[in-house]
Amino acid sequence: MSRTLGLVLVTFALLAAVAAPVLAPHATDAHFGGLLNAPPTVVHFADASGGWHAPFIYRWRLVSQLEQRYEEDLSTRVRLAWFSGGHVVQSSDEGAAPLLLLGADSYGRDVFTRLLFGARTSLGLAVTAALGALLIGATLGGLAGFAGGVFDDVLMRAADFVMVLPAIYVALALRAVLPLVLTASEVFGLLASIFAIVGAPFVARGVRAIVRSERRLDYAVAAEALGASDARLLFRHLLPSARGFMAVQMTLLIPAFIVAEATLSYVGLGFPDPIASWGTMLHDASSNIRVFADFPWLLSPAAAMFLVVLGVNLVLQNRRSEDVRHIGVRHTQRL
Amino acid sequence: MTWYFARRLAFAAFLVIAVSSASLVLARLAPGDFVTESAGTEISRQTLEQQRARYGLNKSLGEQYRDWLAAAARLDFGYSMQYGRPVRDLVPERAANTAILALAALVFATLIGLPLGIISGSRKSGVLPGMIRATSVVLLSMPPLLTSLFLLFIAARTGWLPIGGMHSAIVPPGGALADLLRHLVVPAAAVGLPLAAMLERLQSQAMSEVIGEPFVLATLSRGVPRSRIVWRGAFKAALRPVAAVYGLVIGTLLSGSFAVEVITTWPGLGNLMLQALRSRDVYLVAGCAGAGALFLACGTLLSDLALAVVDPRASETRAERA
Repeated sequence: MSRTLGLVLVTFALLAAVAAPVLAPHATDAHFGGLLNAPPTVVHFADASGGWHAPFIYRWRLVSQLEQRYEEDLSTRVRLAWFSGGHVVQSSDEGAAPLLLLGADSYGRDVFTRLLFGARTSLGLAVTAALGALLIGATLGGLAGFAGGVFDDVLMRAADFVMVLPAIYVALALRAVLPLVLTASEVFGLLASIFAIVGAPFVARGVRAIVRSERRLDYAVAAEALGASDARLLFRHLLPSARGFMAVQMTLLIPAFIVAEATLSYVGLGFPDPIASWGTMLHDASSNIRVFADFPWLLSPAAAMFLVVLGVNLVLQNRRSEDVRHIGVRHTQRL
Repeated sequence: MTWYFARRLAFAAFLVIAVSSASLVLARLAPGDFVTESAGTEISRQTLEQQRARYGLNKSLGEQYRDWLAAAARLDFGYSMQYGRPVRDLVPERAANTAILALAALVFATLIGLPLGIISGSRKSGVLPGMIRATSVVLLSMPPLLTSLFLLFIAARTGWLPIGGMHSAIVPPGGALADLLRHLVVPAAAVGLPLAAMLERLQSQAMSEVIGEPFVLATLSRGVPRSRIVWRGAFKAALRPVAAVYGLVIGTLLSGSFAVEVITTWPGLGNLMLQALRSRDVYLVAGCAGAGALFLACGTLLSDLALAVVDPRASETRAERA
């Protein structure tokens, strides 16, 4: 039951990220000058006098410039335009009454649109970084477990050392070493590599243990006796036995990396401004202290992040319970 | 046993030195330095050089590191360029604030997590254990970044608690301590809630394993009340795996408190480190990193000690492995 819910949440997030350009009513950087911090538009079915209509919206009218309070202008109904202009749904009067399903941010940009495109950036980065961590971790861990000796000792000591450190500080320090202002694609590559490096020791430790114990088993000995080369033995026979472990690690690392990106972007060391990611959206929101009391829709990236992490955790729930006592639980916590 | 602790102590010392050295070198290698980051556009090359010389930034990396290390051995950790104060005065102040936050969160998490874990672990089914379990899963999906945003949202909506900072500008009636405690609630709960969920899960698992053991059945059959077995005997037996986690928790606390400090503007080590990194205040970066590493080292040492007391096997097996 809860597993199904988790799957639904994860699928939903992935779909949103993939189909963002179609699902989103606007472009990520479209500004609606008169609608700074406007609340979410409500989709109505019945008008004020109780007559039923096809779904429609009202436009926002600015009531107080100072407090940025808005009221619905009940005089005209604005129809929704379905499947037009390459978008699933839009307002039929985009200029005056745009469809803002989750309101607008302090620049007057559509939060819903940015949330969808932000999913691309945030999830894309997390998945890329997790794949990188698996690649580095599995290679080093596999080699260490296979070779043994000094190589193994040095590598595992180094891994232990990195694992002791609070990962977010390591990421922060590595990020801060590089120029503070970078382009979006540079930031993407940089953060992905930093996260991969920070996450790799967790993978390497487990893979090493698995390779070491598998190597003593009959099938490995048999393969060796039949003349399999070291590389073949390691990559074709031993590493595949760590697949299950790596799948679990991947699902542990992704939520951790989503949160890490958000944290770094929140403090201004992540993606530069016009790029939408869940972290930069929270960063924008945090510039205004009234966000918590008056503009809560600006916190929707936090809600999205929670749902994705919850989804992954629910999918994993049973598989993880075996892993939990070792190092599993720490990921979501520490990054 | 003594040998084991000597090794752990050596590792702790190495941790502190390596972390602060690495952060000094990293901060120094970063493009730009404090002078270029803080100077306006209208500054002559000559003034730039003068400023650099004043802060000792014109030396080569090797020289600078050597001088810093020599001074650090005399407990002089350099001078924060941004604050114009010695690092030795600045860091302990902020580290104390982080320690207050971390300690409050740890106590909070322990007091909530362990009893709930005992309740949910000692029964297989039931409404209460089910609810506890579900809450834990939800909270485990909320890292401190999200809990602090959520709690701030609630605090701002209800107006019950202050939303950020550590002290009010004017001390309210009730005294400074009460004011501090009011400010502490949101950050401590933000760090503590996910931790409580983690402890609850661990305790619950350890409990359910212990409950299944023959000695529990034997005691039950002798007529000892169930509640007594659960809260006295089984609880103690289940404590060992949980105690092992406390050593790792200190890292979790430091990581978690970083996001929380930034979001709730708690004047702690994380905030200071962030400022120092951004303004390229190299000595302050090294000082903060060193203080953080010291926390970490003390935490792991304490937990090793506690674990060796609870379970003497720990020191032997670990020593053999090492």
